[in-house]
Amino acid sequence: MVSEPPAVGARRRAGRRGSGPPGEPRAVAYLYILPGFLIFAGFMLWPLVRAVGLSFYEWDGLSLGVWVGLDNYRAVFTDPGLRSPFVHSLVLLAFYSAVPIVIGMALAGLMARGVSTGSGLRGLGFFRTVLFLPQVVTLVVVAIAWRDIYAPDGPLNELLRALGLDALAHAWIGESDYALPAVGLVGTWVGTGLCLVLFLAGLSKVPRELYESARLDGAGPVREFLVVGLPALRGEIAVALTLTIVAALRTFDLVYVMTGGGPGTATTVPSYEVYKRAFQDGEVGSAVTLALLLTAVILAATIAITRVAEGADR
Amino acid sequence: MSARTGSIRLERASGYVILALAGAFALYPVVLIVFTALRPETVGASGGLHFENFAAAWEEGNFGSYLGNSAIVAVSVVLISAVLASLTGYAFGTMRFPGSNVLFYLLLLGMMVPSEAVVVPLYFDLRSLDLTNSYVSLIFPQVAQSLAFGTFWMRAYFRSASRDVVEAARMDGAGHFRILWSILLPMGRPAVITMVMLVFMWTWNEFLLPLVMIQDEALRTAPLGLSNFKGQYTAGTSLLAAGAVLVALPVVAVYVAAQRHFIRGMIEGAVRG
Repeated sequence: MVSEPPAVGARRRAGRRGSGPPGEPRAVAYLYILPGFLIFAGFMLWPLVRAVGLSFYEWDGLSLGVWVGLDNYRAVFTDPGLRSPFVHSLVLLAFYSAVPIVIGMALAGLMARGVSTGSGLRGLGFFRTVLFLPQVVTLVVVAIAWRDIYAPDGPLNELLRALGLDALAHAWIGESDYALPAVGLVGTWVGTGLCLVLFLAGLSKVPRELYESARLDGAGPVREFLVVGLPALRGEIAVALTLTIVAALRTFDLVYVMTGGGPGTATTVPSYEVYKRAFQDGEVGSAVTLALLLTAVILAATIAITRVAEGADR
Repeated sequence: MSARTGSIRLERASGYVILALAGAFALYPVVLIVFTALRPETVGASGGLHFENFAAAWEEGNFGSYLGNSAIVAVSVVLISAVLASLTGYAFGTMRFPGSNVLFYLLLLGMMVPSEAVVVPLYFDLRSLDLTNSYVSLIFPQVAQSLAFGTFWMRAYFRSASRDVVEAARMDGAGHFRILWSILLPMGRPAVITMVMLVFMWTWNEFLLPLVMIQDEALRTAPLGLSNFKGQYTAGTSLLAAGAVLVALPVVAVYVAAQRHFIRGMIEGAVRG
């Protein structure tokens, strides 16, 4: 080991500090974050603390609350009226998460292959813009459009009848068997473009030579994607999973506008149940308990997916 | 040779067919609502495109007022959170101070907490302060949410910004605020623009918060007004569709005009998160 002259060592240390995260210590930093944190504390952290407090009470929002300890939490696991929203969320997960990821990946593979073979599908930018569009349309508007599509004499049933499939025509969001998948399909419509765009960004980082060498080995389009494209997408899949799962768990606007949780309770979801209990049924304690559990599920899912993705990276 | 070009041609053709089908699926609901909006409102009226439905929705449907409220709320949230997020992001991105890690994780938590969890206690607290049914009840909760993302976003920019420029400015005697205001923010315009567009979209499209906070019809935002309008009419009326088009239009217009910024922003925001 050759020892360095002290000056060089000092410069190195200084350089390391400079290139690494945050610069020199500054008390003035507190001044910079103060206004933001005041609002953040008042309108995010404090309500969250209040929610925990309220979850130990039975309260109708008007009169004096009654301390009930952990009863609200126990109810979530025993009351089927509280359990079924989470079960519905699981069904929605397939539509919001699994289907968009599979379709988005297939489309991204198709589009990226056009680029890599130089067989040049033209207008890819246009398709990307169109396919991503559902992400930016106000969800209340989306719900109104799809309510029309699902109407008894709406376009979907007209199409089925025109194809001679009259037996398959349904009232869709008016029938308990079909309402939940019908809402789920809208989630598929919204989420697919996001997954596609994420995967396209991931695939664009794959060097073209990798595709070429796979092709020289005689791989077909599907094998080529599975061998070269898919492994490169691990990080993007984790992100797509996180975003779509959170979107599925938080479904509110679509259910409120399209079905109001019905028919019966066929499409109740956690967020909708929170709203209904707090502001229609006068069960504030039970509502915030449900909201906190939903938050916990979202945090757990996010952290678990990130952990798995990072673990696989190592 | 010819077999190979033939197979490439076939592959290309089937590629276009699949993309066209996917594109049609993505566009159909949007096209449907635009066409419904242009249909005659009363049966038996003359054919052609009925643009007067938009005027009717604006006036009779009260969408002029709803859109105005949404504009006030969205612009306020965007301005306040952009300024505050630049300040907090600057501190987290360029300075070391005790507690910075804990505070930053608190902000990250705010990004993940669904608004459902805060909106219920927030409503009852604001009600006891007599602040529901006000712009304040719509603006500040959304500033708090946007601030979490904005700080995270701006911090990433400030960390990536060239340290040499900052060092040079410091040598010239520029203070920390001057470095932020006249060097880093002008350099970071793309990052700021992307953040502004995303916050605008989220605020404009927000539904649950106004649904809970606003009872006064004069204060309804666009999505809330649309949802209430829907309650009064049956499905498929052209007036409802015209209102829906008006509500979705501002965000869609920004998206079409700046879709590269938009898509890149949403991807980078998500991947970094």
